[in-house]
Amino acid sequence: MATLGSAQLPTEARLPSSVSTVSVTTLPPRHSAIVRVTHWITTICFFALLLTGVEILISHPRFYWGETGTVLTTPLFRLPIPSSRRLVPTGYGYVLPDQNGWSRALHFEAAWIAVLTGLLYVISGLLTRHFRKDLLPSKADLSWRALLTSLAKPFRFERPGAAEASSFNVLQRLTYLFVIFVLFPLVVWSGLAMSLAFASAFPWSVTLLGGRQSARTIHFFVSLALVLFLFVHVAMVCLAGFWSRTGAMISGRSGMHKEERT
Amino acid sequence: MINLSRRKLIVSGLAATAGASGLAVAAHLARKYGLVPPDHRGIYGLGETLTYASQRLLTRHSLAREFSRNQISPRPFPNYLDPPTEEFKRLQAGGFVDWRLSVDGMVAQPASFSIVDLKSYPSRSHITELACEEGWSYIAEWIGVPLSHVLHLVGVHPQARYVVYVSMEPDTWDSIDMADALHPQTFLCYGMNGSELPVAHGGPLRMRLARQIGYKNIKFINRLTVTDSLKNFGKGVGSAAAEAGYAWYTGI
Repeated sequence: MATLGSAQLPTEARLPSSVSTVSVTTLPPRHSAIVRVTHWITTICFFALLLTGVEILISHPRFYWGETGTVLTTPLFRLPIPSSRRLVPTGYGYVLPDQNGWSRALHFEAAWIAVLTGLLYVISGLLTRHFRKDLLPSKADLSWRALLTSLAKPFRFERPGAAEASSFNVLQRLTYLFVIFVLFPLVVWSGLAMSLAFASAFPWSVTLLGGRQSARTIHFFVSLALVLFLFVHVAMVCLAGFWSRTGAMISGRSGMHKEERT
Repeated sequence: MINLSRRKLIVSGLAATAGASGLAVAAHLARKYGLVPPDHRGIYGLGETLTYASQRLLTRHSLAREFSRNQISPRPFPNYLDPPTEEFKRLQAGGFVDWRLSVDGMVAQPASFSIVDLKSYPSRSHITELACEEGWSYIAEWIGVPLSHVLHLVGVHPQARYVVYVSMEPDTWDSIDMADALHPQTFLCYGMNGSELPVAHGGPLRMRLARQIGYKNIKFINRLTVTDSLKNFGKGVGSAAAEAGYAWYTGI
C-alpha cells in the first residue's frame, strides 16, 4: 500500500540536508496563521476605511459637539480644506466632485469585514491564549523604569535585540492592547452611533457619547489616533528591519530566527 | 503523507460543502424574510446586504430617538434645491389647491388625495433628527399623516413588499420596504415646527423616515405606487439614488 510505503521511508530521505533549515522549519512561527491572515485583512480594510472616511469628511469638513450641527450653526472647529458640497463655506473658490455614494458603500463594507475579522481575531486570541502569552505585559515589565527604557530605545535608533524578534517589549504590548481593546471598539461604537437605525434600537449608544455630532467628532479623533498608530507602527517596523518583520507577518518566519540558528 | 492529505482533502471538502450549503440556506432565508436589498448586486452588495439584513432584524419595530421641544434646532438647514419646474411653479402659485397625491399599484382602490384630504386624517407629529449623509444634522418637529393610515385607506394587497414614492422633481424617486412603510414614525409630512412644511423643506409634501438618512426623505412627493417587486422601476435597484451609486437602504 502506498500509504504504508511512504510512512516507512527513512526520515532523512524526506528532509533537506541542511541542518540549519531543519531548525528553522521546526520553530514555531513568529506569528500564528490566524494573526497573519487577520492582520492583512485588517490592513486592507483600514486603508479602504481611511480613504473613504477622508472622502466622506470633505463633504462636510466641520465638527460640532452635542446632538446637532449644520452650516448655519457655529462649529467646534473646521478643517481648512475645500469641500465637495457647494453650500459649505470653505473660503475656496471651487467645489470638489461628490464621491459620497461609493465612499459610503465601501466604508461600510470594509467596516463589516474589519469587524468580522476583528471578532475572529479576538475570539481565537482568547482561545489560543495569544493575548495572555504575547500581549499581556508581565508585572515586572510594568515598572516606570522598564517602560522608560523601552520608550527610549527607538529614539536612540537602537535596533531591537534578538529577544524582541520573537516577542514584544512592554511598550508594544501596551500599545497593541490599547489599539485592539480601546481604539478599535471606540471607532466602531462611535461609527455605529451615527447610524439612525442602530441608534433607534440602542439609544444609549449615542446618548452616552454626548449626541450624534459628538459621536461624529469622536469618530474623527479616534480615527486620527489610529492613523498615528499606523505611522508609529510602520516606523518601528522599518527601524527593526522592514523585510524581516514584514516577512514574519506574511510567512510566519522571522529573518532573525534564521540568523540565530545558522 | 498520502493518507494525511486524503483525510485533509475529505475534511476540507466536507467543510467547503457545509460552508456552501450554509451560505445557500442563508441566502434562501434572507430572500424569504426580505433581508436582501434591491441594490444587492455589484462589489458593494455584500456590505449593503449585511447592513440591511442585520438592521432589519434588529430594528424592525424600534422607534427613532425623539427629543424635547426645547431641543428643536432654531435654524433648520434646508440644503440645496434645483430650480422648480414650470408645473411646480404653477401649483405653488395656486397655493397647491390643484396638487394631488396619487396612490396606485397593488391596492384595492387606487386614489388621489388633496392636501386638505391628507390634513383631514388624524395628524401625528414627532420631534426627531434629520441627518444628512454629508455629516450635518438638525432637530425639528415633523407633522403629517402616518403613511400606514393612507395605505390602510387604499387597501394594500397582502403580497405587497415595497412602496415607491415619486417626487415632482425630475428623476427623483425612492422606495421603502413594508417594515418602514408601516412604521409609526413614517409620515407623509406636510408640516414642520408648528406650521406648513416650507417649500425649501419639500412642501407641500415630503416623505419623512425618522430612521433613515436625509436623501431618503424625498421632497415634493406626489405619487405612491405599492408593489411586490422593484424590478420594473427604473434600473431595478430601488431608487434614483441607488442608480446614481448611493445606497438604497440608509439606516446607516
